[in-house]
Amino acid sequence: MAKDLLLDIKDLFIHFDVFGGTLKVLDGVNFAVYSGEKVGLVGETGCGKTTTMKAVLRVLPMPPARIPGGEIYFKGRDILKMSARELGQVRGAGISMVFQDPTAALNPVFTTGQQLEAAVKYSSAGDKRLSRKEIRQRAMAALKEVALPDAERLLKNYPFQLSGGMRQRVCIAMALAGSRELIIADEPGTSLDVSIQDQILRLLRKLVEEKNTSIILITHTLGVVRELADRVYVMYAGNMVEVAPTDELFSQPLHPYTVGLMKAVPKLTGGGIADGIPGRIPDYLDPPPGCRFHPRCDRAMEVCRREKPRFYQVSEDHDVACFLYSDKETARQRA
Amino acid sequence: MTTDLLTLTELKKHFIIGHTGIVRRKPITVKAVDGISFSVQEGETFGLVGESGSGKSTVAYTVVGMYQPTDGDIAFRGQSLFEGGGKRSAVAKKEIQIVFQDPGSSLNPRRTVKQIVELPLRIHRSDGDLLSRVIELLEMVELPPEYIHKYPQMLGGGEKQMVAMARALATNPSFVILDEPTSALDVSIQAKIINLLIRLQEEFHLSYLFITHDLSLMRNVASRVAIMYLGKICEIAEAAEFFRNPYHPYTQMLLSSIPVVSAAEEALKPKKVTSRGEIPSPVNVPSGCSFHPRCPEKKDVCSQVDPVMVEVEPGHYVRCHPISGGQGE
Repeated sequence: MAKDLLLDIKDLFIHFDVFGGTLKVLDGVNFAVYSGEKVGLVGETGCGKTTTMKAVLRVLPMPPARIPGGEIYFKGRDILKMSARELGQVRGAGISMVFQDPTAALNPVFTTGQQLEAAVKYSSAGDKRLSRKEIRQRAMAALKEVALPDAERLLKNYPFQLSGGMRQRVCIAMALAGSRELIIADEPGTSLDVSIQDQILRLLRKLVEEKNTSIILITHTLGVVRELADRVYVMYAGNMVEVAPTDELFSQPLHPYTVGLMKAVPKLTGGGIADGIPGRIPDYLDPPPGCRFHPRCDRAMEVCRREKPRFYQVSEDHDVACFLYSDKETARQRA
Repeated sequence: MTTDLLTLTELKKHFIIGHTGIVRRKPITVKAVDGISFSVQEGETFGLVGESGSGKSTVAYTVVGMYQPTDGDIAFRGQSLFEGGGKRSAVAKKEIQIVFQDPGSSLNPRRTVKQIVELPLRIHRSDGDLLSRVIELLEMVELPPEYIHKYPQMLGGGEKQMVAMARALATNPSFVILDEPTSALDVSIQAKIINLLIRLQEEFHLSYLFITHDLSLMRNVASRVAIMYLGKICEIAEAAEFFRNPYHPYTQMLLSSIPVVSAAEEALKPKKVTSRGEIPSPVNVPSGCSFHPRCPEKKDVCSQVDPVMVEVEPGHYVRCHPISGGQGE
């Protein structure tokens, strides 16, 4: 794969100023997506997955949110420093998002057609201005791509006239309209039944592979990531704790958090479920010092309470933010 | 020798949601549950699986008494719950309890944990010291006694669900319906709650009717599993057998759709069936076998005749024409 950096988040901090103090949510996040790559981002509720991605699109409400540090490069330009006009181009033609709940993502008072055509219109910024007929044709083609039959009628329907699976397909059609370079899919199947989720994931994979679009798949279900992603980031309490190629992460998880998470997933092979990770996600008002996972970690050491671990590279594409592996890296470098 | 604790016989629950026509008004009915039979044995976990709209929660609400069935019977310890005019006895009410899917809405936000857990004790006029009983119940679900003064919004999702479980256990039930108890929770919290539920089951000899859409979870908790589709059961089997040897095309489709985390699990998924189509509206249930529009193995008979349940192996029942050889009702 050509290693062309498309999105590069560097040392991103996001704080929220609230009544009781400051919520230190993102704590130095590093994250990269290469062109044509399918990246998974996994973590439990409240770990900062969606906050990170909202920062990428600059849709975080500020205030209360504020970004005390960090850069977000999209094709070499810092999104955080862009003018409104440049940002509009990135949102229209560069990056788009598929949300978890298609019912909330679609506007109930406009028809599918009006919404889809708007997406087509703004995604083709840069091209010459499209005529209304061309816009309609592209919208119909987009519906065909997401395997929705009877496009003519669908464009006249309001979202409530569609089923959940169809709505999500419409959202995907909107996200893929034009020539987007990066799709951020935030739990695209979670609100749907498992058989529909499977269809949606297969559809997403087919479309991004055909168009060579990059995708970031955000989810809390490990299995979903395994189906779709090339590379997976695991996030805990505002930090990336592990990143590895999908196969390696699932066969050889290293970070104690990743290991605990894997154990807690019920398996089709049976045999009961391990007891999960004790405790819960820390309070962002007063996060634990050092490694934010140490109060829940069964292998915590003295150093974990004092210092924040950096990413240690244990194999070519496998990085772990955990002191347990600090010597693994040096051994590798000597060899 | 196992005994049946709860038996459903041809249970039906239809809802009238409107009328058609002006002169001859005909009711529009949704057949949420349309003739299902199964029994739950003492001490077992019976799993009921289905997608949204399959009617699994309607079964739960009918068993617990929130709905009156349209037809059919529910027997508890061999005795019909509807004997003597349909009002169920206080004993049956105490014995059958439920934990709902979303603890955020099943717990009253204006009541403290103590008030929530002691309500069933008050209703059933329990003797003795209510406070010490509440603390005892919280201990059972591994919550510290100081939680009695907390309000639901001060608790995490898993803790709320444990309060709901403590409330269900307050009347010393022998049968608890768990309606998607962990679907709103993260996996690590889910794991903790499931293991606690299993411990409670052993300790108090409880029987569970466990409702979920998560087949991987089912594999780990249920002793027997039934699959529901549009108000009917398509397959029932022992859990181990069910996952090793699924017969019904719908079961195979569901199994093949599960996202899994290891190659060993991948090997268990049926390969030849992939998910297609969507569950139709329960107002317009397809003729014959209701699954036929999505079925990859559809025959002519499937769109005309509703198949009957046949026993393909001891304890393994399937309702499908290509398997039963086209027998219908």
